[in-house]
Amino acid sequence: MAELKLPVSEEEIRKLKVGDFVELSGRMITGRDTAHHWLMQDVREDVMPYMKDTVIYHCGPVVAKNDDGSYDFVAAGPTTSIREEPYQADVIGRYGLRGVIGKGGMGAKTLAGLAEHGAVYLHAIGGAAQVLARAIPKVERVFMLDEFGVPEAMWVIEVDRFPVVVSMDSHGGSLHDEVEGESKRRLEELLK
Amino acid sequence: MAVYENLVETFVELIRRASTQLPDDVVSALEKGKAEEQKTGLAEKALGTILENVELARSISAPICQDTGTPVVWIHHPVGVSTRALAAQFHEAVRTATERKFLRPNAVDTLTGRNTGTGAGRGIPFLHFEEWDEPRVEVRMILKGGGSENVGAQYKLPDSRLKAGRDLEGVRRAVLDAVFEAQGKGCAPGVLGVCVGGDRVSAFEMSKRQLLRPIVDTNPIPELAELEERLLREGNQLGVGPMGFGGKTTLLAVKIGVLDRLPACYFVTVTYMCWADRKAAVSIDEGGEVTWLS
Repeated sequence: MAELKLPVSEEEIRKLKVGDFVELSGRMITGRDTAHHWLMQDVREDVMPYMKDTVIYHCGPVVAKNDDGSYDFVAAGPTTSIREEPYQADVIGRYGLRGVIGKGGMGAKTLAGLAEHGAVYLHAIGGAAQVLARAIPKVERVFMLDEFGVPEAMWVIEVDRFPVVVSMDSHGGSLHDEVEGESKRRLEELLK
Repeated sequence: MAVYENLVETFVELIRRASTQLPDDVVSALEKGKAEEQKTGLAEKALGTILENVELARSISAPICQDTGTPVVWIHHPVGVSTRALAAQFHEAVRTATERKFLRPNAVDTLTGRNTGTGAGRGIPFLHFEEWDEPRVEVRMILKGGGSENVGAQYKLPDSRLKAGRDLEGVRRAVLDAVFEAQGKGCAPGVLGVCVGGDRVSAFEMSKRQLLRPIVDTNPIPELAELEERLLREGNQLGVGPMGFGGKTTLLAVKIGVLDRLPACYFVTVTYMCWADRKAAVSIDEGGEVTWLS
């Protein structure tokens, strides 16, 4: 399994292909429905440095606050990515992201955005909230916690060998398109 | 009845069990699926991670999935027990379980977008009460995640696109379409709760109630038993696989209930439950004795 350090260069990202297993280490940020809408309403300068050349994780964690004011992720699997389809390609372009982690895959607009900007879609195992929380040893800081609430806030996190599968690459490849195409053929067969 | 006025901690424990301990019947189905997948492929690896996660969640008593879902609850009670008192205690238990991190604060004010922060809100948890003749209270709960809820579907037959008429062949065509449309987005491999008939309110409730059934059981109605078995087989032939990575394990079970319908209506209602098919049940008798049913 390949290891990938974050932040990462466009050159490194372009080497990845659909089906590759990758373990991520370094800094990333979470963001989901409310965050994507907010990121496109304006240019959010304060979060920009935390997004450039790293990845955004579609995740609404369960979070514990420690006595010293720091936070720990208690459960942190991916949420369904397709809801961010209207925004994702533009968010990648505006904030210089090199990738997106989520589940379920994304659509044509995102796939085109990945190719244009040099980024990948990384599939984490949906529901594997403990295995993935274990790979998140540190919560560095949080944006918009009061406004968005715990699941929707943007959490800056440190990850250590965070396991993902490349399911959409920067060359137009999409595992989701392949599986959907094949399953459609089989459905038509069953419904003849 | 005083014994039923002190149930908050029992309900918190019910929630903890559901959120952190995947029932054995679901684990067995996942293990069976893993054994059938191609070794070292993406599907097998996904199921391996899922099973590792289930074990880890149980061992540290932490949520299996961060989306701890909507608690959907069916409560049977004897005559004379206050359903309002039971509901108030269940809401309290949801708030406490949220504080203890067995639940995520999962209720969002739809108009303002603010999270209530407590886990409870308008319509969350969702409670059904039924009086019965037995001298005990029985509580059965599922935790229904949002990603899989989004891929649920309701068809009205006839459906010309699917060539689905008002019969069980039409039901079959609608359900297979729902499985195809869901792809991996509902966290496959999923469990389908299906309702044939009913209206747009009763049918979704009935489809969710099917999820209380064990993964392996036999529908008492022979033609539905046959359809369940066929849909499980054919759903898995679609090749969507765990997480939509492709593979043999797309569904763990299909459970079908039936309600009568209006002459004008023929609904096929599909609730998609993710692999994290979280359910728990408890019985509290008139002496206050608590028995865990799962």
